[in-house]
This record gives sequence, structure tokens and C-alpha cells, in this order.
Amino acid sequence: MDAMLHISTLHYLVLGAALFLLGVIGVLTRRNVVIVLMSIELILNAVNLNLVAFSRYWQGIHGPSALHGQVFAIFVITDAAAEAAVGLGILIAFFRNKETVNVDEVNLLKW
Amino acid sequence: MNPPVATPFFFYLLAATMIAGGILVITRKNAVHSAMALITTLLAQAGLYLMLYAPFVAGVQIILYAGGIMVLFLFVIMLISIERAEKERQFNKQWLVGIVAAGALGGLFIAVYTTTTKGKILFPEGQLTYGETQNTQAIGSLLFDRGAGQYMFAFEIASLLLLVAIIGAVVMAKKRI
Repeated sequence: MDAMLHISTLHYLVLGAALFLLGVIGVLTRRNVVIVLMSIELILNAVNLNLVAFSRYWQGIHGPSALHGQVFAIFVITDAAAEAAVGLGILIAFFRNKETVNVDEVNLLKW
Repeated sequence: MNPPVATPFFFYLLAATMIAGGILVITRKNAVHSAMALITTLLAQAGLYLMLYAPFVAGVQIILYAGGIMVLFLFVIMLISIERAEKERQFNKQWLVGIVAAGALGGLFIAVYTTTTKGKILFPEGQLTYGETQNTQAIGSLLFDRGAGQYMFAFEIASLLLLVAIIGAVVMAKKRI
């Protein structure tokens, strides 16, 4: 019961792991490429949650200005924005050529 | 500095919202519904950032993620027609293998988080107590400051990455270059 009432870094790590798994399941099982991209966003957010939680832990050791985890989280958000823009651009080109949004219909490299 | 109020209650509330939103994202047929669920997840995560004393990251999360990236997603969902995709099979043929692989990854997570060395788990368990600091100012000085700015180069590289992404998105989405 004590572990339920005191929220520690581990709680955030477990939540991040659960979100990461949901994102992995979405990427591996869904056909709709828009939802695959959203699952990738879920994965990136799970990592961000871990980074900020560790940043809080690190602050407790090294003082208030040790914010490296938060800075890294901001870089991850930047990467997510770039990835979403390019990914959705590819999606539009894909939809124009194939008239579908299903990832398993992209099988040019298949035997 | 005010001590946080009812931390466990808000943590579990926001965590449950995030998990429920994540499950809705990967199970809905309609991509717009998935996007709405993802926005809920992102906003709940911004609340968790506030609980971790990261107000700047929380603001960036709301403005950039929930406000910017998700609007981009919704625009693209409107550009492509999703009616046909809704009537089709939603999961691919390898879904069972995918779930087994994700389960193996989950087992790995459980193994790591329950590993003990000398009777203690690897990650800190104690209650987190830390006061509010000048968060935004400290992040700004890490990013830009001449003396303490360790991330100035990375910041410039990030701007280059965004430039490449802009060009890439335009090139990909344009009919003929």
C-alpha cells in the first residue's frame, strides 16, 4: 500500500513502458498508415515521459538547474514534429499513387 | 513553495486517462477518433509533466503536440479519403506475431524493472520531493547561454533538421516538382 501512495520515478517508468507497448502494438498490427504514425507518436511520448521523470530525479541529486532530461525531451518533440511532417507528406504521395492508406499494400520489395 | 496536493490521486487519474487514450488510439476504426484519443493522451501527459515540475515542457507539449502536430494529422486525414479504409480489415495478417513480440518486450520491461541488486531495485523508489524552480529560465540558459549553454550546437542542428523536414514535406506532397 505504501508503494501505491508515494509516487516515485518507478511509477512514471512503468507508465512509460505501458504506453511504449501500446505504441509498439499499434505499429505492428494496424493497417491504416495514419494510425501507425499516431502509434509512433505514442512511442515518442512514452520516451519523453521517462526523460522528464529522470530529469526530476536528477534534479534531486544535482540541484535545480540540472534539466538535461527536459532539454532532451524538447529535442524529442522537435524530432517528432519533423517526423510527422515528412511522414504525412509521404502518406499524401502514397495515397496519390496507390489510392489506399493500408501499409500492407506497399509490397514492391516483396518476393 | 507549495507542496503538491493529492499527488497519488492525480497521478493515477492522469495515468488511467493516458492508458485509456492509448488503447483507443490503436483500436478505433475511424482515424479521426484515434486522433481525438491521442489528443486526450497528450493533454493528460502535459498534466503529468506539471506534476514533475516541468512547466515549460508541459506548455510545449500542449502548444506544439496537441495544438500543432495533431492539427497536421487532422488536416491530412481530411485530405485523404478514409471511408474506404474504415470498411476494410483493420489489423494486418501478422497481428498475432506483433502482439507476441510486444509481449516479449513487455516481459523484458518487467524483468528490468524488477531486477534487484543487493535487495534494491535499480530505479529510485522513494518519494520525489523537489520545489519549483525557475524552470523556463534554466532551460533557456542550457540552450542558449554562452557559458552554460551545452546544447547550443544541438539546438542549431535541430533547426537544420526542421528545415530539411520542411523541404522534405513539400517535395513529398507536391504533385510535380
